[in-house]
Amino acid sequence: MNLQYIGLKEINGPLIFLENVKGIGFEEMVEIRLEDGSVRHGRVVEIHGDLAAILVFEGTKDLSLTNTVIKFTGKPMEMGLSKNVLGRVFNGIGTPKDGLGPVYVDEYRDINGEPLNPVSRLYPKNYINTGISSIDGLTTLIRGQKLPIFSGSGMPHNDLAVQIVRQAKLTGGDAENFAIVFAAMGVTNDVANYFKRSFEEAGVLDNVAMFLNLSNDPIIERILTPRCALTTAEYLAYKHDMHILVVMTDMTAYAEALREFSSSKGEIPGRKGYPGYLYSDLASLLERAGIIKTAKGSVTQIPILTMPNDDITHPIPDLTGYITEGQIVLDRELHQQGLYPPIGVLPSLSRLMKDGIGAGYTRADHQPLMNQIFASYAKVMDARSLASVIGEDELSPSDKSYIEFGKHFEKHFISQGYINREIGETLDLGWKLLSIFPREELDRTDEKILDEFYNHELAVSTFELAKNVYIKELKEEI
Amino acid sequence: MNEVYSINGPVIKVKNAKNFKIMEKVFVGKQKLLGEVISVDDNFTTVQVYESTTGLMRGEEVFNSGESISAVLGPGLLGNIFDGIQRPLHTIFEENGAYIKPGTNVDCLDMNKEWNIKFSIKANDHVEFGQIFAVTQETSLIEHRLLVPKNVSGEVINVKKDGLYKMNDVLAQVKDKFGVIHDLTMVQKWPIKEPRPIKDRKPLTIPLVSGQRVIDTLFPIAKGGSAAVPGGFGTGKTMMQHQFAKWCDADIIVYIGCGERGNEMTQTLDEFSELIDPKSNKPLIERTVLIANTSNMPVAAREASIYTGVTIAEYYRDMGYHVALMADSTSRWAEALREISGRLEEMPAEEGFPAYLPSRISQFYERAGYVDTLSEKSGSVSIVGAISPQGSDFSEPVTQNTKRFVRAFWALDKELAYARHYAAINWNLSYSEYINDLSKWYNKNVGTEFLEARQKFIAILAEENRLMEIVKLIGKDVLPDEQKLVLEISRVIRVGYLQQNAFHKDDTFVPLEKQLKMMKVILYLEKTAQSVLKEGKAFSLLLRTNMFEKVAKMKYDIPNDNLELFEEYYKLIDEAFSAIK
Ligand SMILES: Nc1ncnc2c1ncn2[C@@H]1O[C@H](COP(=O)(O)OP(=O)(O)OP(=O)(O)O)[C@@H](O)[C@H]1O
Ligand SMILES: [Mg+2]
Repeated sequence: MNLQYIGLKEINGPLIFLENVKGIGFEEMVEIRLEDGSVRHGRVVEIHGDLAAILVFEGTKDLSLTNTVIKFTGKPMEMGLSKNVLGRVFNGIGTPKDGLGPVYVDEYRDINGEPLNPVSRLYPKNYINTGISSIDGLTTLIRGQKLPIFSGSGMPHNDLAVQIVRQAKLTGGDAENFAIVFAAMGVTNDVANYFKRSFEEAGVLDNVAMFLNLSNDPIIERILTPRCALTTAEYLAYKHDMHILVVMTDMTAYAEALREFSSSKGEIPGRKGYPGYLYSDLASLLERAGIIKTAKGSVTQIPILTMPNDDITHPIPDLTGYITEGQIVLDRELHQQGLYPPIGVLPSLSRLMKDGIGAGYTRADHQPLMNQIFASYAKVMDARSLASVIGEDELSPSDKSYIEFGKHFEKHFISQGYINREIGETLDLGWKLLSIFPREELDRTDEKILDEFYNHELAVSTFELAKNVYIKELKEEI
Repeated sequence: MNEVYSINGPVIKVKNAKNFKIMEKVFVGKQKLLGEVISVDDNFTTVQVYESTTGLMRGEEVFNSGESISAVLGPGLLGNIFDGIQRPLHTIFEENGAYIKPGTNVDCLDMNKEWNIKFSIKANDHVEFGQIFAVTQETSLIEHRLLVPKNVSGEVINVKKDGLYKMNDVLAQVKDKFGVIHDLTMVQKWPIKEPRPIKDRKPLTIPLVSGQRVIDTLFPIAKGGSAAVPGGFGTGKTMMQHQFAKWCDADIIVYIGCGERGNEMTQTLDEFSELIDPKSNKPLIERTVLIANTSNMPVAAREASIYTGVTIAEYYRDMGYHVALMADSTSRWAEALREISGRLEEMPAEEGFPAYLPSRISQFYERAGYVDTLSEKSGSVSIVGAISPQGSDFSEPVTQNTKRFVRAFWALDKELAYARHYAAINWNLSYSEYINDLSKWYNKNVGTEFLEARQKFIAILAEENRLMEIVKLIGKDVLPDEQKLVLEISRVIRVGYLQQNAFHKDDTFVPLEKQLKMMKVILYLEKTAQSVLKEGKAFSLLLRTNMFEKVAKMKYDIPNDNLELFEEYYKLIDEAFSAIK
C-alpha cells in the first residue's frame, strides 16, 4: 500500500504531524519528498485516530507545512544486505556514501530486529585473545559477549578499541571468517578517519563495514545507526557464519539523540531528562550480541561510551552496565600518569570469563591469579589512601609492600603500550608481580598453586627489590 | 466492532467501546497480539499489549476474551522455561526458530502428553475448592497434586480409573448444590494478579537454608519470608539468586528473569539441567520453573512475568510444597510500570514512577507466606527480589519502598565487589528481622552455640568498624596489640568466613553444621590468641605462626564430607601458640 499525502499539519522539532491518514502501521517507514527532489526518511511514532506523528531522521530543517509529499512504505525500516557490505562505507541510515554505488542485495532485514529466544542462545565460552594483559588476564573478552569501554573525554578509548581490533585473535580455524562492523555516532571526522586509517593499516579494511553518523550529521539519524550496524552484523553472523566484532562509538551521543526525540514528543522524562525507556532501548541494541544454536557465527560487541564528567553513576554508563556482561573502565589518573592502556582494573569486570578461562581455554592458574591480583590491588588502594593521610614513611611494612606492588603492577602489567602479549606471558607476569609479596600475604590462593608459581627471588631480581628497604623490613618482621 | 483508535508503543486505545472489563484479556489486530485492558472510561478503553505493536494499524479489530490474563496450571510446568506471559520458549524455538515473533500463539503446557494419574477420591465423596483429588509424578523429584479448581464444590458423581490421561481429559465430575456438573481435568487457570486463597497464615519460624554463610549466619530469611538484594551492576545480585536457586532447601524453585540478560537465562537453563542436587541426586531443573522475559522482550510482558511467576509459586505451595521464588530484577518490573504509566500520561510521583508503585511492591511481597493450605497441608512461598538501584543509590524509590515491605535486606556493596569480596553483602547496611523468630529453630536444630557464635561475630565486626575509623587517620601500627588482634580476627572472619566462592566445589554450598564448626574454630583462635597476648607476648609473634592464614583458608581445605578435620585445627592452634617463646 503506497499511500501518498501532500502537506503537513504541524512541525515540532524532529517530529511532523499528519492529518487524515488511514491504513498506516505503527513504526512504519515513510519517505518525505521535498520540493527540490531530495528525500528524507521518517518513522511513524504515534497514531491517534487519523493523526500520525512521524519522526524525521534527517531533521525538519527546510520543511514547511506545504512543501512536502509523504509516502508510506507499508513496512518497518529495512536494510538491503549481502556479503558485499564488507569493505563499504555507509551513512547513519545505511545508505552507501563511498561513491561506489548501491550494494547488491541478497536479503532485506528489518533493522529493529526481533528479540532472541533465550532457548536459542548458546552460552558464550570461547575467549578472544586481545593481547592486552589487563583485558586477557583480568577482564577476558569472550566471543559473543557485549563488553563496553567506559571512558571519558580526552582518554584513549579509540586507541584501545583499535588495538583490540588489530590484535584480536580467534582461537581455532575461524580466523579468516572474522569481520568488523563499525558504527560511529556523533564522533568527529577525525575520529572516524582515525578508525578508517587504522583498519587500513591493520589490513582488514576489506573486512569492515562502516556506518558513519558524524558529529555534524543529523542528530536523530543516530537512532538508526547502531540498528543498521547490528542488522548487518546479525546477517553476516547468522547467515554467513562469520564472527563479527561490532565497535560502536559513542553510545553517549546515541542516548542524547534519544533524549532529544523523547522530549520533543513530550514524554515524561526519567533521570537527567533521559526517557524512562532508555534501559529497554539500550537493551534492544546490546542484547543483539550473542551466539545462536542455528548458526555458527557470533556477534561480539564493544560499545564505547564517554561518561559525562567521568561519572559512572550517570544514567548512560549506569544503565549500560546493568545490560552488558561487564565493562572495561578507563581511569583518568592512570592516563594522567602517562600509562597506556589506562584500564582501571578494579571497577572493570568480565562476567562471562569464568567459563572461558582456566584449563582447556587459557591456563589452570588463571582464575586463582586473577582473584589474588584483584584482592591485592584493592589493598593497594587502601594503603595509598592511608599514605595520603599519614604519609608513606609512617606506613607499616605490610602497607609499604602494597604500595611497592601497586607501583610495579601499574608500570609493568597495566601499562604495556601497543605491544601484543600472549596469554602465557600475561599470566607469568602476574605471578612474578605477586611474588613481590611475602608468600603469607597471598591469602586468596591455594598452597598448591603457590608452590608452582610463587617465586620471590625472581621478583626481587626482576623488579630490583633488593634495593628496597620496605620489603626487607617486612621480611624481617615475619 | 471494536477498533484500534490510537497506538503509542505498547499502549493502544479503543474509542467508544463499552463491553470491555477491566483487566480483561484481549487480542489485538490481525496478528491477535495478546493484551490486557488497563482502564476504561466513556470515551476510551486503554489496552496494554504484551507483544510488539510494530506494524499495527488504526482500525484493526480488538477482540474480547471475557477472561482475565491467567496462568495455566497443571503438570509440565517443572523443568520448563516460559516468557512473561507463560508461552513455552522451547516450543516457540522448535516452531519459529531463533527469534520470538509477535502473535506467536502456542499452548502454555504440552496438551498431548499423557500423565499417569492416581486418584484420591471416589464417587459420592464430597470435594471442595483446593482439595487434592489426584496425583501424578511430574518429575522424578516432584509429585504433582491436582487440586479442585475454584468455584467447584459438591459431590463426586464419577471418577475415572487410575491410568494414563491427557491434559484435557475429564478425570472426574462434580455436581454442586445447584445441580450443575463440573468437569475436573489436569489443567486450571488462575488470574495472575489475584493471590490464591489459603486457609491460614502461620508464623515464620523455620529458616530457608541456603548454604551461603553470610545469609544463614548473619541475615537469614525464613521460609515464607521475603528478602531484597539491592546492588549496583556487577555486585552479584544474579549470582546470589542463582546460589539460592541451586542450594536452598525449598522443594520448588521459581526463577524469574525479569528484564535481564538473555545469556543469563541460557546459562541458568544449561547449568540447572546439568547440576545434580546433592540431596536428591536429580538434576536441579526437575524442581525448577524458569520464567524469562529478557530486557529486549516486550516491556508489558515484563510487568506480567512477576505475577505469572508468583501465581505458579502459589500453586505449588497449595499442593503442600515449600517454594522459593527469585525475581531478578524487580527494578526492571518497576520500570515497566513506569513506562506504561508514562504512556498513559499519568501524573508521576518520585523520579517518574507512578504513585501506585509502593502498593504494587507491597502486593507482590505480600504473596509470600507460610500457610495452611486449602488442601490441609502446609506450604510456603519465600520471595527473594533483586533490586538494581539507579546509580547504585539506595535512596531511590524502588529500594526505599521495597525496604518497607521485606524483612531481610541484603545490601550489596560496590567496594566489596571491586575487591572481589563475594558475596559482596555489606554487613553494616544489611539486616534480617527474622532472626528472633528463627532462634528457636537454630537452637534446636543446630545447637545453642550457633547464635552465640553469631553474636560474637557481630560484635567483632562492629569493633573492627570502630577501629577502622582510627586506623584511617593514624594507621594500624600505633594500635595496642589487643586491638591489632581484633583487626586480625575480623579479617579472618571477612576473608575466611563471610567471603564465599560460588565457583569452588566445596565452598559454593556450606551446610549449617560446617558453618558452626568454622565459627567455633575462629572464635577459639581468638580466645587462644588473647590469652597468649595476656602472657605478654607480642602480637607480631602470633602473626608469625601463620595460624590466621591457615584458619582463613580452612573453608577450602576441609571438604564438606569430612568435617572431622576441624578437630585438627584446635590442636594446631594450641601447638603453634604454645611454641611462642
Ligand atoms: N559469590 C560469588 N563468587 C564468585 N564470583 C562472584 C560471586 N558473586 C558475583 N561474582 C562475580 O561478579 C560478577 C557479577 O555478578 P552478577 O552478574 O551476579 O551481578 P549483578 O549484581 O546481577 O549485576 P547486574 O545488575 O548488572 O545484573 C559475576 O559474573 C562473577 O564474576
Ligand atoms: Mg544480574
